[in-house]
Amino acid sequence: MINSLTPFVTYIKNFKILNQVRCASQVLPQLSSEKYNVKRKSFGIIEASDVDYFKTVLSEDRVLTDDNDVLPFNIDWIKNCRGQSKLVLKPKTTQEVSTILKYCNQKRLAVCPQGGNTGLVGGSVPVFDEIVLSFILMNKIISLDEISGALICEAGCILENLDNYVREHNLIMPLDLGAKGSCHIGGNISTNAGGLRLLRYGNLHGSVLGVEAVKADGTVIDCLKSLKKDNTGYHLKHLFIGSEGTLGLVTKVAIHCPALPKAVSVGFFGVENFENILRLYASAKSSLGEILSAFEMADNDSISSTVKNLKIPNPISDYPFYVLLETHGSDETHDSEKLTRFLEKEMESGLIIDGTVTSDPAKMQTIWNLRENIAGAGLIEGYIFKYDVSLPLRSYYNLVPLLRQRLGTKASRVYGYGHVGDGNIHINVVVPKYSQEASSLLEPYIFEEVSKLKGSISAEHGVGFRKPHFIHYSKDANALQLMQQLKQLMDPNGILNPYKVLPEI
Amino acid sequence: MARVLVGVKRVIDYAVKIRVKPDKSGVVTDGVKHSMNPFDEIAVEEAVRMKEKKLASEVIAVSCGPAQSQETLRTALAMGADRAIHIEVAGAEYETMQPIHVAKILAKLSKDEKADIVIVGKQAIDDDSNQTAQMTAALLDWPQGTFASKVEKTDSGLTITREIDGGLETIKTKIPAVISADLRLNEPRYATLPNIMKAKKKPLKKMTAKDLGVDLTSRIKIISVEDPPVRQAGSIVPDVDTLIAKLKEGGHI
Repeated sequence: MINSLTPFVTYIKNFKILNQVRCASQVLPQLSSEKYNVKRKSFGIIEASDVDYFKTVLSEDRVLTDDNDVLPFNIDWIKNCRGQSKLVLKPKTTQEVSTILKYCNQKRLAVCPQGGNTGLVGGSVPVFDEIVLSFILMNKIISLDEISGALICEAGCILENLDNYVREHNLIMPLDLGAKGSCHIGGNISTNAGGLRLLRYGNLHGSVLGVEAVKADGTVIDCLKSLKKDNTGYHLKHLFIGSEGTLGLVTKVAIHCPALPKAVSVGFFGVENFENILRLYASAKSSLGEILSAFEMADNDSISSTVKNLKIPNPISDYPFYVLLETHGSDETHDSEKLTRFLEKEMESGLIIDGTVTSDPAKMQTIWNLRENIAGAGLIEGYIFKYDVSLPLRSYYNLVPLLRQRLGTKASRVYGYGHVGDGNIHINVVVPKYSQEASSLLEPYIFEEVSKLKGSISAEHGVGFRKPHFIHYSKDANALQLMQQLKQLMDPNGILNPYKVLPEI
Repeated sequence: MARVLVGVKRVIDYAVKIRVKPDKSGVVTDGVKHSMNPFDEIAVEEAVRMKEKKLASEVIAVSCGPAQSQETLRTALAMGADRAIHIEVAGAEYETMQPIHVAKILAKLSKDEKADIVIVGKQAIDDDSNQTAQMTAALLDWPQGTFASKVEKTDSGLTITREIDGGLETIKTKIPAVISADLRLNEPRYATLPNIMKAKKKPLKKMTAKDLGVDLTSRIKIISVEDPPVRQAGSIVPDVDTLIAKLKEGGHI
């Protein structure tokens, strides 16, 4: 039976396989420092004695210096950035992280923390010779309180592994994203990852109960409480959520896991235009209420390129726009009654042209798989410029047609998809090959437009290496100044993830 | 035109992790998500395609099992079956129900409903028996085309391509016949919303095995259901020599 079912499963695994094939066959991306014309700051240079010291702190096999071993840590997964690190350290404990940072701070050696390396803004790979501090071995689950739902674990736990673990105890992780099979919870928190179910379970600033983090000088900040309420002093944990490893390195996490929904359904619909998507969203919110857990959209190009490039089947016919809707509830009969009423109404009204709905786990997985793989689908056709912006819902889709017009034939595809429920759209611009010309047509134009519409130039991907010089489109000078002061206070030597997040003064 | 009877079984969804009951009497099914056996979905798809090609006049879906099997039948109706028959079998009786019982039910229904073609999945992914099609054909004394990866209608009957070890076998049968669907026969469709709505109103008849004169007395007794052995952890060896030494030590080379 297992053999016969393999093709079913292969659909799901396909994406990972494709990825590996690509890694093996492509040439190395250009060095980030050359591509983006960055100057190295005056950090210390790693010497043999430093490597020897690290070998006394960690066992020898956890200190990588061979070029081939280090290479994967230097390149991000969309092959946009390449650093020049010569040293990767793999600590197993908070104490080891602390010892390493204390030493680096004294010697002014720059450090680039790295989780699953699934970031999209080059935040997780070095730019020059920063020491890569990989959390890959800090992957232990410490405790789970089944009643409160508080999970405590180390930063290097892979999101999907955590989700599988808490599911055994009738809980789920409060976030879910396409990269779940590789991304680390520490990285999720450092980047304040959003993902597919933010609509229902909220932002990490709400679900993270506590963190343990190490400051640049090696001081361990223990805010690892698993309390829902704790108004004692400043809420320091929030400094580490979304600061992308520039203020401190998250080593342990306490996170609130909601109850595993007993009834889950997924619908996938064809919709005529974006205006109708907004109407459908409003109707879904009022008809489905508390059971609505995701409301995602994708335009025709997003889906058709995923179907074509990754050979993932589209369960319905061709439509201008698609909506993926998910419900999480505690009673199948109740949910299905609600959902049926909603679907009947909106089929009648014409907001839904056609579609499908299912509660079979395998089928739901196939539909989600189509949605989650949009992010990687364009890679096969060339180079992707990826933008992740928040916009007021009225203007949510405005930029896609604007960019199509602006780039004309220079782009092979411009498509938009994302989390309508959170006002967050991902815009991908696929060009046959990276070119300065395409880049200058896009940037800063797109950020100016976002700023005019009062949106955010980075909704959930962060600022990383790629966007510090655009951050002012979303934050004013006083806010940026306070950020610089915080950085100065917590990392006076600037060794933590340099060249990232904040612009050069 | 032919009338097609399709057997559909409600099984634990293949994406769900199976857990053995602590008393080893079976697997945990309470509160576990079930769906249609994937091979039966292929069978339904094939029957519906026959109808769309005007080779079949009517598609009847049949399921034997507890009340929830009606959900599986509604799925078949949403995919395009015209009507459904639910043979209600519940509790202890269902736990020991075997392919022979299902085959007897399908054979009797085929006669009652004047079916010309019976299509079932080649096996169910829960008990992996792979017997129902063969037994049904034997009981009816009809030809059988098992493990079908292609079914074509010809003037005199059917041409069926079968997946066999190391290749494909093409056979011709007369109608009536029994077919079992293999994985590559087709890719089942997703039921569309209008069809899901329509399916709620299609006729679904409830019957018992007794109505059909089929005795469900168990011929087997489940002694124990065990988890597969846990895979042992691997280890990393420093060099080829150690690897060879280890392999020799384990008697592999």
